[in-house]
Amino acid sequence: MQVSRRQFFKICGAGLSGSSIALMGYSPTSALAEVRSYKLAHATETRNMCPYCSVSCGVLIYTTGDKSKNAKADIIHIEGDPDNPVNRGTLCPKGAGLLDMVKSPNRLKFPEVREPGSNEWKRISWDDALTRIAKHMKADRDANFIEKNAAGVTVNRWPTFGFLASSAANNETGYLSHKVLRSLGAVAFDTQARI
Amino acid sequence: MTNHWVDIKNADLVLIMGGNAAEAHPCGFKWVIEAKKDRKAKLVTVDPRFTRSAAVSDFYAPVRAGSDIAFLGGVVNYLLEKDKIHHDYVKNYTNAGFLINPDYKFEDGLFSGYNPEKRNYAKATWGYQMTEADKKTGESWVKVDPTLQDPNCAFQLLKKHYSRYTPDMVSKVTGTPKEAFLKVCEMIAETAAADKTMTILYALGWTQHSVGSQNIRTMAIIQTLLGNMGMAGGGINALRGHANVQGITDMCLFGANLPGYIASPTEADVDRKTYVEKRTPKALRPGQMNFAQNFPKWFTSLQKAWYGNAATDKNDFAYEWLPKIDGAYDTLAIFEKMHQGKINGFVCQGFNPLASVSNKKKVGDALAKLKYLVVIDPLATDTSEFWKNHGEFNEVDASKIATEVFRLPADCFAEDTGSFTNSGRVIQWHWKAADGPGESKGDIEIIATLFQKLKAMYAKDGGKLPDPIMNLTWAHRIPTKPSSAELLMEISGKALGDVFDPKDKTKVIAKAGEQLAGFAQLRDDGSTSCGNWIYGGCWSQAGNLTARRDNADPSGLGQTLLWGFAWPANRRIIYNRASCDLAGKPWDPKRTVIRWTGTAWAGNDIPDMRPDAAPDENVMPFIMTPEGVARLFAPGMAEGPFPEHYEPFETPLDKNPFHPGNPKALNNPAARVYKGDMEVFGKAKDFPYVCTTYRLVEHFHFWTKHAKINAVLQPEQFVEIGEELAREKGIANGDRVKVRSNRGFIKAVAVVTKRIPTLMIDGKKTHTVGIPIHWGFKGLTKPGFITNTLTPYVGDANSQTPEFKAFLVNIEKA
Amino acid sequence: MALQSLDIARRSATTTPAPGVRQTTEVAKLIDVSTCIGCKACQVACMEWNDVRDDVGSCTGIYDNPVDLTAKSWTVMRYAEVEEKGRLEWLIRKDGCMHCADPGCLKACPAPGAIIQYANGIVDFHQENCIGCGYCITGCPFNVPRISKEDSKAYKCTLCSDRVAVGQAPACAKACPTGAIQFGSKEQMKDYAAKRVVDLKMRGYDKVGLYDPQGVGGTHVMYVLHHADRPELYKGLAADPGISPLVSLWKGIAKPVATVAMAAVALGSLFHYVMKGPNEVSKELEDEMEKEDAK
Repeated sequence: MQVSRRQFFKICGAGLSGSSIALMGYSPTSALAEVRSYKLAHATETRNMCPYCSVSCGVLIYTTGDKSKNAKADIIHIEGDPDNPVNRGTLCPKGAGLLDMVKSPNRLKFPEVREPGSNEWKRISWDDALTRIAKHMKADRDANFIEKNAAGVTVNRWPTFGFLASSAANNETGYLSHKVLRSLGAVAFDTQARI
Repeated sequence: MTNHWVDIKNADLVLIMGGNAAEAHPCGFKWVIEAKKDRKAKLVTVDPRFTRSAAVSDFYAPVRAGSDIAFLGGVVNYLLEKDKIHHDYVKNYTNAGFLINPDYKFEDGLFSGYNPEKRNYAKATWGYQMTEADKKTGESWVKVDPTLQDPNCAFQLLKKHYSRYTPDMVSKVTGTPKEAFLKVCEMIAETAAADKTMTILYALGWTQHSVGSQNIRTMAIIQTLLGNMGMAGGGINALRGHANVQGITDMCLFGANLPGYIASPTEADVDRKTYVEKRTPKALRPGQMNFAQNFPKWFTSLQKAWYGNAATDKNDFAYEWLPKIDGAYDTLAIFEKMHQGKINGFVCQGFNPLASVSNKKKVGDALAKLKYLVVIDPLATDTSEFWKNHGEFNEVDASKIATEVFRLPADCFAEDTGSFTNSGRVIQWHWKAADGPGESKGDIEIIATLFQKLKAMYAKDGGKLPDPIMNLTWAHRIPTKPSSAELLMEISGKALGDVFDPKDKTKVIAKAGEQLAGFAQLRDDGSTSCGNWIYGGCWSQAGNLTARRDNADPSGLGQTLLWGFAWPANRRIIYNRASCDLAGKPWDPKRTVIRWTGTAWAGNDIPDMRPDAAPDENVMPFIMTPEGVARLFAPGMAEGPFPEHYEPFETPLDKNPFHPGNPKALNNPAARVYKGDMEVFGKAKDFPYVCTTYRLVEHFHFWTKHAKINAVLQPEQFVEIGEELAREKGIANGDRVKVRSNRGFIKAVAVVTKRIPTLMIDGKKTHTVGIPIHWGFKGLTKPGFITNTLTPYVGDANSQTPEFKAFLVNIEKA
Repeated sequence: MALQSLDIARRSATTTPAPGVRQTTEVAKLIDVSTCIGCKACQVACMEWNDVRDDVGSCTGIYDNPVDLTAKSWTVMRYAEVEEKGRLEWLIRKDGCMHCADPGCLKACPAPGAIIQYANGIVDFHQENCIGCGYCITGCPFNVPRISKEDSKAYKCTLCSDRVAVGQAPACAKACPTGAIQFGSKEQMKDYAAKRVVDLKMRGYDKVGLYDPQGVGGTHVMYVLHHADRPELYKGLAADPGISPLVSLWKGIAKPVATVAMAAVALGSLFHYVMKGPNEVSKELEDEMEKEDAK
């Protein structure tokens, strides 16, 4: 209680030292009228954007720690960025609840595989996962790549591989994904833009 | 959006139709409320349901799901009949006076050139009348009748086409009471005044129909007739879905496009010359900018961005390496191919198709035919467990599904640095706040690492056409972890060699190695690279302009030109030249977007015009069209140059009321329907109710069912029905009901409400069933059925967006 | 900084006089029902900021969820479909603590310092002093406080006293996408409401007005209602709220009698709202209350 009250005064800039609480006539055991301490006082603020709809509201993400080496940044609160000209600090019920999406118990934490016919997930390493996927892709590409069509025109396409791209990923992810897909000759790809 | 979110506050009238902005975009919707509070603007909502937007509207009109063209066509007819159009604007800035091929016909619901077997049109008769080619220059121009009197001019054809859309006919087809329809027309017509504007806010309520693109086209006709395009508080504003759906659309992750909406080469484009010539249009009227004539510069700069020194004029800038498409590769086409067993491997990056795509059974069956599936996502999606039995919500037998499924944990927005592009085309940078949970990785790192593994395998073992893989530019400090900054610089554009001023070939405007200032500096000789021309200049020599955070708004219009970077060229209102009369004077000086100063275009936005194009040069405002003007008559559309009302593929009517004698004109004659899907369209005798699906404000697609706080707000799946249908069916509020379509069923709680009106359609009472989409078998909400179990597998003829918004169901107590 | 809430106007069951030298600004939240879309951003912002999560319930055929205020949902939206002049209206009201100038909860509370009224108008519950008797519920003319099943303490909206104390708006007001929730000094809010009344009159709502009920001395959460003549249209908003006569009655009886038995038996039956067996009211507390009443 004492600590939180001190924090409160510090935030308010009221200039009261801890010892002066007694001067106010309260004894520590009796009921003290104070508000809950402001929980963001020394949290780190990072500017980001809501990932839901295309209003793309600016958000402020608050993390614990001050980016010092031993303090792990943990997201504790997200609210609207008042500087953003579109949302001006406001958020809808989805944006205002972003913390629960970031911290959802259903977040994936490590790569998994479900083997053919199996009824369960099995944890695997990143290297295993990506190597197995790359092997699948190469085998399929080398087997089904079409260099020329029936008319003899060079078409260089890989029609047996498909990709659906995220509309929630950033532009850079989208661009890099596109660049990689075309280089492989992939054509069966689309985004959520249409759906 | 041609305009942007904050600009909505500048409107005199806001029309919400084909969307529900208050529900789906509450923070953008605030600018509607601001317009009402500060400008005394009026808000009109037209929707099958009395929505959250309707709740704060000045006027609400009901409409049957799937009849928007009938409604809007009626508005066009009203404006023309009552002569409530912006005459100078229509005459000068549209193709109203352009003469159309006299062989163009519209008869019995079909346009000239229809092929019923192929379900498509030969468009030869849909063109303009051209002058004889000039013997010296070869130039040929569209013939124009500036009086708009020629019976073959676009304006007269438009009048004739919509003369059938009388208020009585509109009411009969849409179910909108005639008085309500006329009231909406009156309010819209007021904005024909030069200094009054209407903005239209629409979303998937217009796109998710088999006539989706034409819904929007009809509105575009209305906005050009009223002179509302290019104006502050005007425009055609698509309120898009995901936070970066605009950016990902711009990056064109579509089989049919390269970044920046560059059409992919097809099998017919046998070499670069053929491909480029076909896509570089010639101006159709003298002196027009015809901006797409720069196509060779955009395309060459893209190939240089991808293949660097390996793309030279000697090898056609590596044109051969680009895959040539042989048909459609949209989502419906991809799952159709997968269902036919023609796709072996598949990656879902932040996409949950089992829940998001129509006909869940077909999608699940298709996924089960894959050899391998890779799901990259921050959350445990329904798609990732398509193989797992979740009782009646997902009745499958895992032992019979041989697909190998990989699930890779991705970081989410909070754990990532990069740029998002909002619906108003403003690109904004965001910064990482914390690491993701466990071993999660960023999307870029996942794709880059996978690519590096493939590249190493091709380097070691060889394989089919390794060249484009081996030569792909990859100038990243950490090859498995390219930074967003490196990538955005590549997207924005660089000078590879010195770039010279075209007016003075001795003057260097960008030195080799520098970031370019914009797409105007792109060249087709290989001296520039640019990953996406429309983003050109977003990272210039001045640095990352998308990270700018100066929200100053000196004009008071909300333009904030120093906040982020809007494509193209930081322009906030597209077509803004049209906000001025021919002489360059703003139609409404109180809302000046730009104006002609006597020497240049200037004002409160980046002019959408050559800056020194004096008004007497007659360079028209719609610079992306070869005509220079907006198209009332648009030959590019799949199902006709004028939008026509066609019934949804599942309709409560047995004929199109506009064409009762022609069964071919019942549904969109040019929509693609796959074998097997036509057969499972339901009929009104078995499925008598119009169903429409939508989202709720409390949830975002299939993500927030994983967020506790949102699960608290809307915990359980429900369907909404009107009081009259509830009485007929003996369904009480809170009862469990079963809703069936010809493709499957769902069970949910009934919400009986006054907000879903019963409509009179063609003399018959018609009920609507409304179903929110947000539930599934994974999540913190109560488990629910995937709503898309019910929806039909057919899309719009132009965009192939599925018809989620209008189909048929039956309903009973469960 | 005038918005700080350290300055106390009143404490429940306490005789110590409140400090009265400092002048602070009265704050208020204005809920403009005419621009509310019922999106529940306020509900989310409230839960998120205050670190509470209500239970995942079920759909009972209405949009209201959670269906009522709870110890973890300090604000809920209430939806009413009404037909007025042949026109459907979807009236959506954010419900929660009104922060009365004359707070019935505080008057009824027997636990010293469990309910505080700050000089800026915020009425705050201090759970560490709460004995879970539930008297605040009967004292409240708006049926707002709720006793938690987990810790048997009363909870309700704090008007984000922690945010207001450092010069910020309450979480709900900051989040509200349409600006239906405004926050500022009570005077500013009344001025803003007056402008909204003019706009809504122009749009044909002749009975539009401000809801700032004088029966409780006015409130620090006010509404702009399109139908101010009939607050009950908004899912039972009290037309003329006042402090329950039970509270005065209790105080009247308690003064002369003042026995533990009285508190345990007679009062127990009077305060039928109590949801869970209250902690016993101690002799000391009863004495304290009596002293206050004797003033």
